Amino acid sequence: MAALRSSASVLLGAAASRPALRAAAAAPAAVRGMAQLADGAQHSTTASGEQPKLKTFQVYRWNPDTPTEKPRMQSYTLDLNKTGPMVLDALIRIKNELDPTLTFRRSCREGICGSCAMNINGTNTLACLCRIPTESSADIKIYPLPHTYVVKDLVPDLTHFYKQYKSIKPYLQRDTPSPDGKEYRQSKADRKKLDGLYECILCACCSTSCPSYWWNSEEYLGPAILLQSYRWLADSRDEKTAERRDALNNSMSLYRCHTILNCTRTCPKGLNPGLAIAQIKKEMAF
Amino acid sequence: MRLSGLQKEVLALYRQCLRECRKKPAASRKNFQVFARNEFEKNIKIDKRDFGAIEFLLRKGRRQLDLYSLPGVKDIK
Repeated sequence: MAALRSSASVLLGAAASRPALRAAAAAPAAVRGMAQLADGAQHSTTASGEQPKLKTFQVYRWNPDTPTEKPRMQSYTLDLNKTGPMVLDALIRIKNELDPTLTFRRSCREGICGSCAMNINGTNTLACLCRIPTESSADIKIYPLPHTYVVKDLVPDLTHFYKQYKSIKPYLQRDTPSPDGKEYRQSKADRKKLDGLYECILCACCSTSCPSYWWNSEEYLGPAILLQSYRWLADSRDEKTAERRDALNNSMSLYRCHTILNCTRTCPKGLNPGLAIAQIKKEMAF
Repeated sequence: MRLSGLQKEVLALYRQCLRECRKKPAASRKNFQVFARNEFEKNIKIDKRDFGAIEFLLRKGRRQLDLYSLPGVKDIK
């Protein structure tokens, strides 16, 4: 009986338009046994092209107020037709409509602030720059940045990262005033050396993807900070280059980089911390 | 009783808290001591094998200690 009915509905679908056929195939077999009226209603909704594209997001949840509870994955299902294209749009919609307790950092939603760095499907990236993959129906898994202490849900504790950034003195150090009392100027060629360095937004995606940084984060500075280090070493206006180099000249700060190059692969801004570290190593060697 | 490393760390943190209390003005010292004691007693029921939770609370406690031991903090409720 059931087989007869399903073949009948396939015939019916073949007669109708293509999206209707897909709807008939997608409908679960248990529903098929119901009155013909239900099928008809489905046809009318699919005719207007409003087939829901459901996607499940598995999000890491952990609440610091109940520290004895283990972290867990919570699933949320969204209709992608009503959601923006990026993962951050989906997270914001989950927070607005499904679960206001979900916690994550976000600000600019255009890849400039670096707040929404998280681990999406195993890759560290910015949620605002990561498209929701539509070609596969697999669930999306969202975790906080790996090997960071979690403050809550998707919020990592970056205190140590910022402390390390402070330790490299990320500002222009100079004693001689500029010759004409105006800005410190540099040639176009010197300015060009800073391209690919100044764009870094310190989202910590690269540092937290580096195995060497996972094991030695106390002493090793990590790719993000070393990229910034090189940004100040390469600056023609800076006069403390020798001191900066001395500060890096020990076995831990710089030389824990083993050119694994996870940093370059993961950088959501398309920068190359691996190259910058290689440049520092080269400068220190000669 | 032999204490585990983690238990020693917890006790060390509590001792550090009491030491910091002594640097506070005499009038409000009692408040700081009561506060520190309460913070520890809030979680006294945690299983001693629940390392993850205890380590998190230790980190949180150290952060709180850093904050409250600032000389600008004169009293606590």
